[in-house]
Amino acid sequence: MPTIRINSAQSTGQTPKATGAKLAWNKADTATIAELIARYPAGQSRSAVIPLLHLAQRRFGGWLSVDAMQLVAETLDLPYIRVYEVASFYTMFNLKPVGQHHLQVCTNCSCLIRGSDGILKAIEEELHITGGQTTKDGKFTLTEVECLGACVAAPMLQVSEADGAMHYVTNLDAAKTRALIRALQKDDDAALGKLVDTPPAAPDPITPTKYAG
Amino acid sequence: MPKLTPQDLCFPNLNGAGDWGIQGYQKRGGYAGLKELLTTPQAVHIQKLKDSALRGRGGAGFPTGMKWSFMPQPTPEKPLSKPSYLVCNADEGEPGTCKDRDILRYDPHTLVEGMVVGCYVLNAKVGYIYVRGEYYDESSRLVQAIEEARKAGFVGKNILGTGVDVEIHVHLGAGAYICGEETALLESLEGKKGQPRLKPPFPAGFGLYGCPTTINNVETIAQVVPILKNPLEWWTRHGRPNNHGTKIFSISGSVNKPGNVEAPMSIPLRELIDDYCGGVIGGWENLQAVIPGGSSTPMLNAEQAGRVLMDFDALKAEGTGLGTAAVVVMNKQVDLLRVMTRISAFYKHESCGQCTPCREGVGWVYRLMERLSRGEGSLDELDQLQALTKKIEGRTICAFADGAMWPVQGTIKHFRGLFEERIRAGG
Repeated sequence: MPTIRINSAQSTGQTPKATGAKLAWNKADTATIAELIARYPAGQSRSAVIPLLHLAQRRFGGWLSVDAMQLVAETLDLPYIRVYEVASFYTMFNLKPVGQHHLQVCTNCSCLIRGSDGILKAIEEELHITGGQTTKDGKFTLTEVECLGACVAAPMLQVSEADGAMHYVTNLDAAKTRALIRALQKDDDAALGKLVDTPPAAPDPITPTKYAG
Repeated sequence: MPKLTPQDLCFPNLNGAGDWGIQGYQKRGGYAGLKELLTTPQAVHIQKLKDSALRGRGGAGFPTGMKWSFMPQPTPEKPLSKPSYLVCNADEGEPGTCKDRDILRYDPHTLVEGMVVGCYVLNAKVGYIYVRGEYYDESSRLVQAIEEARKAGFVGKNILGTGVDVEIHVHLGAGAYICGEETALLESLEGKKGQPRLKPPFPAGFGLYGCPTTINNVETIAQVVPILKNPLEWWTRHGRPNNHGTKIFSISGSVNKPGNVEAPMSIPLRELIDDYCGGVIGGWENLQAVIPGGSSTPMLNAEQAGRVLMDFDALKAEGTGLGTAAVVVMNKQVDLLRVMTRISAFYKHESCGQCTPCREGVGWVYRLMERLSRGEGSLDELDQLQALTKKIEGRTICAFADGAMWPVQGTIKHFRGLFEERIRAGG
C-alpha cells in the first residue's frame, strides 16, 4: 500500500532569505505598477500587493527574497510585514529560489485516480529529483501541488518558462512527460508549444501594459 | 433526457470547437440585445432572476435573485452614499472542479457580458474578476476578451449610449484555496492574507473596502445574460422546481471520456456518466463510489449513484450536496481510502489557520486517515475519527472545516468495512 506523499509546499520555504542585492524597478515596471495601482480606488493601493509580488517574482529570478519583498513594501508604502505575511500565505510565491522550469504536478483526487504517481515517477527518473528538490544545474524544480483545476484532463502539471509565463500540460502519460522534459532541456519552444494545453492570447496578465490591443 | 441543442445552451462553445474571441461570440448571438438589458429597470431583472430560481453555481446554491436584491438601489430621495461592487469569483480550486476554466478559455465573453449586465443591475461602476493565479493562459484570454469588448463599446464609459459605465479588472490570486470563500476573497483583493471574515455583516452591506458588494461564481454571472434575454420558460423548462436551468458538470476520474458538459439540472447521475462520459471504466457494475459535487461533498455509494438526480435538493436528501457539480468517479480498481486520505491532506495544507478547531483539527484528521487507511491503528480509532470530525464541523468562522470533515464522514459511513478489513489485516 503506497503511502501518501505529504505536500511539499512546506519545504519550498517559509523562511525568507535576504540576498543583500539592491533591487529596483525599471522604467517598464514603473509604468506597469502605475497601471496596476490605478485599478483600485484612491487610497486602496494595498490591493496591488499580490499583483506586485507576481511582478517582483518574475523580475527578480522567479522567487521572492527579503529584498524583493522590501521593494514591494516601499513601492506601496506598507510595512514590510504586510507584504511578507501575504507572500508567505500564498503557495505561488516562492520564498526560496526555484529552477528555471518549475514543474508543479497535481496529485489531488482526479489526477491521483488517473495516474499522477506515474507522472512523478517519470520526472524523478528523468531528472533524479523528488518533490521539493531542484536539479544541480538549476534548471528544474519539482513540486507536488494541490488541485490546479484541470481535473477532466488529468493527470496534469503546470510548467513555468524562464520569462515567468506558466502553462498547463494536460492528459499526461509517462511518454508525454518525458517529451516535455526533453523540450525544456533543449529550449525547444516549438515542441513546448505543441505540448501546452491552452495557447495563451496576446496579453500578459502580470504586465497588462504590454498589451496594446 | 434528450440532449440539448446549441440554442438551449448558455455555453455553446464549452468544448472549445469554435472561436473564443468576440467575433465567434457575436456569431453565437453574444452582445445582441445588450442595449435593451441596460435600459430595462433593475428591479425587472432582479424579479426575473428570482422567478428563474437560478441558484449560485459556486457551491452553496444560494438563490442569485435574492442575493442581488440585498444590494442597495438608489432612489431620488436617497442616492447611494458609497460605491457598489460586483466581484466575480474565478478562484476555482475545489478538487474535481474545472468548469470555470473552460468558460474562461473557451467562452470568456459570456463572463464579460455577464459582468456588464451584473454591474448595471447592482449599480456597480467597477467589477473585479478574481482569477486563481495558476490560470495564467486562461487569464490572458480573459484580458483579451475584455479589451475586445472595450473596443466594440460593450465595456467602458456610456456603453452603447445608455449612460451606463462599467469598468472590469482582472485580479490574479496566488494559490490559496480559501480565497474561494467569498469574504476571504475580499480580504485577498484588499491585499491581505485570505482569511474569512465573520458574518454578519454580509458583503451586501459591508464588502469590498467596506462598500456594498456582491460576489458570484463565474458560471452564475455568465448564466444571468441568457436568462434575462430569453423567455423565462427557456430556463425553467429544465430541472425540478427550485433547481431550474442548465449546469456545467465536470466529470473526472474513472470514466471513459472525462469532460465538462452542460446538461439540464436534475439529470440522473447515471445518465450523465453513461450518455455524456462514455460510462464507468469497466462498466457500471465496476463502480465503487462517486463524489457528486467536488471534494467537500460526501461521497455516494454505487447504489445511491444509480438512482440519484443531479440537483441541489435531490443530493441534499441523500446526505450530500451538488456543490460545484464536480463529479469524481471511482471504480473498483481505485484505492478509495488513499484518495480520501489525499483529500484530507489537501484540507490540511489549505486551512488558513485562523480558527483553532480547523487549524489543529485538519492535521489531526489527516494523520488519523493516513494511518487508518494503511491499516495501522485500532478499530476504536475509527470512532475517535468520527467523533473528532463532529467536534470540528460547525465550530469555525467559515464553512471550510465543514467541507474538510464531510468527506471523511462520508468515507466512514459508506466504507467503514474497508478500514476495518485493513486494520484487521494489520496494515
